[in-house]
Amino acid sequence: MAKVEMTINGRSVSGVVEDRMLLVDFLREERNLTGTHIGCDTSQCGSCVVHVDGKAVKSCTMLAAQAAGSEITTIEGLASDGELHPMQAAFRDNHGLQCGFCTPGMIMTAVDIVNREGADVDEQTIREQLEGNICRCTGYHNIVKSIAAGAKEMGSGMKEAAE
Amino acid sequence: MASHLDSNVIPPSRQRETPRAGLTWIGQSMKRVEDPRILSGKGGYIDDVKVPGMAHAAMVSSPHAHARIVSIDTSKAEELPGVIGVYTGEDVATVVDPCPSFASPPVTQHAMAIDKVRHVGEVVAAVVAEDRYIAEDAAALIEVEWDVLPAMVDIEASLEAMGDGVLHPDDRESNKALDESFEFGPVSEDFDAADRIIKRRLRWNRSSAQAIETCGVISQWDAFKGGYTIHANTNFYNFIPFVIGGSLRVSPGEMRIIPVLTGGSFGSKVFIHKIIIMTSALSRLSGVPVKYIEDRLEHFTNSDSHGSDRLYDAELAINDDGTFKSLRFTVLDDYGAYLQFGVGTHGNAMAQVTGPYQIGSFGMRVIAVLTNKTQQGPYRGFGSEVTNWVMERMADAAAEELGRDPLELREQNMIQPDQFPYMIPTGNIYDSGNFQKVLGEAKSLFDLDAWRKKAADMRAEGRCVGIGVATCMERSVYGPTEWWSLNNKETPGFTLTSTPEGISARIDPSGKLFVTLHSPMVGNSPETVVTQILAERLTVAPEDVVINYSDSQSGFNGVGPQGSRFTAMVAGACVSAAIKLEERLKRFGAHMLQRRPEDMELRDGKVAVKGLKDQETSFADIALNSSFFRLSFPDGEEFDSGLETTAVYDHPLSTDPHEDREHLGIFYPIVGHICHIVAVEVDPGTGKVEMLDYAAVHDNGTIVNPRTLAGQVWGGTANGIGTTLSEQFNYDESGQFVNPNFAEFAMPTANEMPRNFKLGHVETPSPYTEYGIKGGGEGGRLGAPSALTSAVEDALQNYGVKISALPITPPVLRGLIREAEQAA
Ligand code: FES
Ligand code: FES
Repeated sequence: MAKVEMTINGRSVSGVVEDRMLLVDFLREERNLTGTHIGCDTSQCGSCVVHVDGKAVKSCTMLAAQAAGSEITTIEGLASDGELHPMQAAFRDNHGLQCGFCTPGMIMTAVDIVNREGADVDEQTIREQLEGNICRCTGYHNIVKSIAAGAKEMGSGMKEAAE
Repeated sequence: MASHLDSNVIPPSRQRETPRAGLTWIGQSMKRVEDPRILSGKGGYIDDVKVPGMAHAAMVSSPHAHARIVSIDTSKAEELPGVIGVYTGEDVATVVDPCPSFASPPVTQHAMAIDKVRHVGEVVAAVVAEDRYIAEDAAALIEVEWDVLPAMVDIEASLEAMGDGVLHPDDRESNKALDESFEFGPVSEDFDAADRIIKRRLRWNRSSAQAIETCGVISQWDAFKGGYTIHANTNFYNFIPFVIGGSLRVSPGEMRIIPVLTGGSFGSKVFIHKIIIMTSALSRLSGVPVKYIEDRLEHFTNSDSHGSDRLYDAELAINDDGTFKSLRFTVLDDYGAYLQFGVGTHGNAMAQVTGPYQIGSFGMRVIAVLTNKTQQGPYRGFGSEVTNWVMERMADAAAEELGRDPLELREQNMIQPDQFPYMIPTGNIYDSGNFQKVLGEAKSLFDLDAWRKKAADMRAEGRCVGIGVATCMERSVYGPTEWWSLNNKETPGFTLTSTPEGISARIDPSGKLFVTLHSPMVGNSPETVVTQILAERLTVAPEDVVINYSDSQSGFNGVGPQGSRFTAMVAGACVSAAIKLEERLKRFGAHMLQRRPEDMELRDGKVAVKGLKDQETSFADIALNSSFFRLSFPDGEEFDSGLETTAVYDHPLSTDPHEDREHLGIFYPIVGHICHIVAVEVDPGTGKVEMLDYAAVHDNGTIVNPRTLAGQVWGGTANGIGTTLSEQFNYDESGQFVNPNFAEFAMPTANEMPRNFKLGHVETPSPYTEYGIKGGGEGGRLGAPSALTSAVEDALQNYGVKISALPITPPVLRGLIREAEQAA
């Protein structure tokens, strides 16, 4: 057993977990943050992507204990005060989700892509960097469109903040 | 001339809302109502549900394809702290009976195996524990002794098997589960009279939907009430209690099935009855609520939703002038170890087996074979995706043998716009269509003439570039006779003929329209389409519509999203509910305005006097008065308090199968049409296929929401691309399922989809459904395989490669090219 402390969506939390507990289970079972999903056993699908210290991580592939001391953001931490994050809004505007099961992971990956590649990220880069996220509903067409639109929106938000 | 179809009389249309221009909400790409809660991570899928006191189950699965269970030692598992109970198939069988089966006579299947396992992944024991980690640990401590039996892996070999190779010796002497032959019309005469017979052996291999969410159940046995409360991601929650009550030994009313948001189905979650029964048994045995969520491996190996796996020997009778006369085939279908839905997937294919072509007769022999694999279930297309491909392969083969252009040959044989409703030899009808228009749109969207030149130039440079065109049917709004019409006439099974869909609706005193659906959301857009249709019909604002879901005890008729039926069917229920609500609104409103109901009309959420501008009262006012001020209205039950109603809509157009099966009746008549055109380049060195350009035009009648329909087409096409180019379940000779994971079962990622994907729509409204809506949930997968296969064959024309089996993975194509090179 290990005592872990971390910040999740801006709130510091602590818990005693088994050494082997996966981060995704800690989030879902101990913290009731069930927006982070589990879709596979082998780290392929990306439904479980969260941000750990600002980087996209598959939370099914990391132990809760390894995340001790980290800042975690999950899909629940993106929207504020009933206002969707620009990337979430872009998915809605562009019909980037159908069943929605892959969506939290897609959005967390998308935000990470924009953080790294900037607001003008091109289609080819988006498609390549979605390699670790599988969607079975949409054929990706509208996901790629959503991410490009969300990136622009995030970009103008960043600019405004800078001014 | 007398025809076998004479007795199949088309009933009159029951359409009330005609298709028309100028609709306000129908036809808008409204943003989805479902999205905000999903986007914010508050969807509420099955694994997000927690019930107080809930324990977790883990399974022990068979590592063998075919084996007797000699013994199971659970003692070590039972001792592990945190374990509540360990149960084997025999324990489970003390509280539940075998699973329901649509096959007739049935093939016996236990929710948890007893005595014998018949495929890798079949569950033989389960642990119920405080958490899943402990349950998994304990499951690993269970020791099973096996007596391995010969594994039946190949379809044709399994048919010959005897002795220990027979999977169900108690039910059937051989592995042949069903063998039925049909002739619809003068098949032999047409073949005798034809100038040529085109023959092909075609193989469609097994894959499955693999929605990103697996199947899951929480079941809670209530010993005092003698019933179960069940959360499950089944598509079919108002129907499933009647299907599984017998197995659970409780009456359907003693089960309460609560729906959850479902993370994709594509058919794979239609029933999920086996794990509902199994999890319920575990709750009853352990005395606590039990959650069981399949892990991905279990979903691959034990979820009873593998797709079609067929071998066709097909023949097309044609004349030298290119006229298609008759089609016939023998099909062997590798159903896997059980036969839960009988040969319903072949029944389905009878809806459009002759494609968009005028073909006068059709014959079939269908043989269902049992093998040591996970059994089949529905997957987007439910069998029609395969016959579409077979028909299109045969059309290409005919063109090749006649030396004709494949597209021109198709056009020659197509049903003409003035021939609808058109009855095909099986008895199903195509209600309406304009295939020529769809094709025309597709050609111009793709710019076919320019592409043909470009492809020729590229080929001249030595590149392997080709173009494929598929013109296919997309039947929608299924009727349930497909489940049993091909069963032996003497033992047809449960001859169900109803597929209703219902809603209930209530206008509350604040003026909100509360609507309850009886089918779950599975990735379609039920809340959005119902909002749009009711806003249209009742003139209310979409933001005043609030959608909820019933459970199986509070709900009623709902057959769910499957068979591309939901939008067209729920539209009918919405119209019925709106008619009833309108009548009450007008009655109360007229009384309030001191008018007669027949003077009133609905206008912008108000009841208004026809032709008079200011004489109106809002729905909210009427609801308030009718709910709280009873004494303001006359006595009599027509003024009972409140504004609420329930409504059910039955299948708009179906008839019974002929008793001697001369035809199968009308059962899937609301047909769409699709044309896919794709240009590909094949790298002959690696066998890799790249899609250079892709155009798809779909006709799904009146479109409720163009953006969500487009989403279905893109998604279905992606599934079809996977089926064609990369997805296959591989079994070795011992029946091991060698790639049951996302690493080795290669589903397309974003980077494997075509960049240039152009989508177009034609709208030929149905004369039979409300507003002329047709279903559109499956089309992509019904068209993509045919177009892609043709394109790849065209690209490899210099090698003379012929494609007669899917998928065409890079190694498969490389092999075909190598063979061609060696032969040359
Ligand atoms: S659950 Fe983490 S990658 Fe699939
Ligand atoms: S929206 Fe269903 S898996 Fe992506």
